[in-house]
Amino acid sequence: MSATDDMYQSVIIDHDRSPRNFRHIDAPSHHAEGHNPLCGDNVQVELLVDVDGKIRDIAFQGSGCAISRASASMMTATLKGKTTAEAQELFDGFHALLTGKQVDTLPLGKLVVFKGVGEFPMRVKCATLAWHAMREALGR
Amino acid sequence: MKDLRAEFPILATLSRGKPLVYLDSAATAQKPQVVIDAISDFYSHGNANIHRGVYQLSERATLAWDAAREQVARFIGAPDVNEVVFVRGTTEAMNLVAHSFLPRAARPASRAPVVLVTEMEHHANIVPWQLAGATTIAIPVTDAGELDLDAAERMLAEGPSLLAVVHVSNTLGTINPIAQLCRMAHAHGVPVVVDGAQAAPHIPVNIAELGCDFYAFSSHKTFGPTGIGALWAKREHLEAMTPYQGGGDMIDLVTFERTTFAEVPRRFEAGTPHIAGAVGFGVALKWIMALDRPAVEAHEMQLMRTASEQLSAVPGLRLVGTAAQKAAVVAFTLDGAHPHDVASMLDGEGVCVRAGHHCTQPLHKRLGLSASVRASFAPFNNHGDVEALVKGMHKVRKVFA
Repeated sequence: MSATDDMYQSVIIDHDRSPRNFRHIDAPSHHAEGHNPLCGDNVQVELLVDVDGKIRDIAFQGSGCAISRASASMMTATLKGKTTAEAQELFDGFHALLTGKQVDTLPLGKLVVFKGVGEFPMRVKCATLAWHAMREALGR
Repeated sequence: MKDLRAEFPILATLSRGKPLVYLDSAATAQKPQVVIDAISDFYSHGNANIHRGVYQLSERATLAWDAAREQVARFIGAPDVNEVVFVRGTTEAMNLVAHSFLPRAARPASRAPVVLVTEMEHHANIVPWQLAGATTIAIPVTDAGELDLDAAERMLAEGPSLLAVVHVSNTLGTINPIAQLCRMAHAHGVPVVVDGAQAAPHIPVNIAELGCDFYAFSSHKTFGPTGIGALWAKREHLEAMTPYQGGGDMIDLVTFERTTFAEVPRRFEAGTPHIAGAVGFGVALKWIMALDRPAVEAHEMQLMRTASEQLSAVPGLRLVGTAAQKAAVVAFTLDGAHPHDVASMLDGEGVCVRAGHHCTQPLHKRLGLSASVRASFAPFNNHGDVEALVKGMHKVRKVFA
């Protein structure tokens, strides 16, 4: 298996083809956009967060490469029902995974499929684009 | 044609554990051993500053610098070596013309200048004009990737300050009819700046035959080092232009009251230049001129035609740019696959191609694309490289289809 086969695992291809939560939220409490001038990837992330800080709904829109779409899709699937504090922890863990740092992979669950992207530094931004937008949205 | 692969040491390296298939010469060309040696030799045995020392080493460096300029002049058929200005590359050449020539070309002088460009221009032939305060308007490109010459005629008749046009498109490979465009522009009194960055490595360039006012190209695309290039300009233009960078080497007399400038072209070459780069540039151009150029051109064309044909057979693959007159560049898209994913997967096979907008965002917008994949060929490429590309694309399609 080549390094790129590792990056394009079937679960990533699946999320690229049939992205989850690829839609708008009617009245989001938080939203932000991300843009990657290298690929022209762009993503809009919308969240509906409860008063107690729980992410009741999260969705994304935009266009981009398979890595960025799959990452956005899996992010929304992972974060729905989590608290904003948990979302921040997952952001840190995901970021550490992609930048080759020591990380406890257990909380990341299915997100570990993105580990292979870390072999391609030029593509790390694609995988973290939606995550950065999510964090920016929550920071507002 | 002689196999040139052995002259490029980088081709012996592996990429992701596979033999390197380099199909991105349009981004930057690889360097033959003679160029690498020339640079190394300059630093080992010939390094000194130019136009300064009276000692022998400085004299030798100055002679090497002058010889490189003569080589550039020979390469483009310029009769006057002093019409060649060394710059950092095509981008800097365009910025020089934008700052030093455009204000003189504006007509009427009271209004903001208008620069006529084309929809296929590289950002380096759009942004410098905008930064210099000009409005850019663009000659349209047809679906096949050719210039609409009727529109060009109409737009030239409106009297723009300047026509700035690419000789060979870096994305489409289209070879534009520069000589014809120059005749059309000059009939309306419009000077012509040509971006020759992609033409210089592929087709023989003769500025007298082209009839342009300015011609710019970069060393690194012509098998030389990065950070050096040339702007050729008609002497009358150079004489009339005000330098836009001041410093050492470009002056005649400096006082706190007033400074007079050196003769052209030195007045446009402020500061210590990339001397070793110019030496390598000169050797690279000499290397190109020593090739059997018709044979090289035929070889590149054959690779491009084979690649175009075999890539077209990949389901869902569409070629971008199918002009009748084309240099060895093949751009394409694949349904259902983003160009960056295509390039990453090819990278896994050791195949280096470019993905993205190739610094031609307006062209991609015109063609309704956000990005594309581009394979570009050099004299050292062979049919094995084409095979690796095509095989890689079939693999990509299997994953994404």
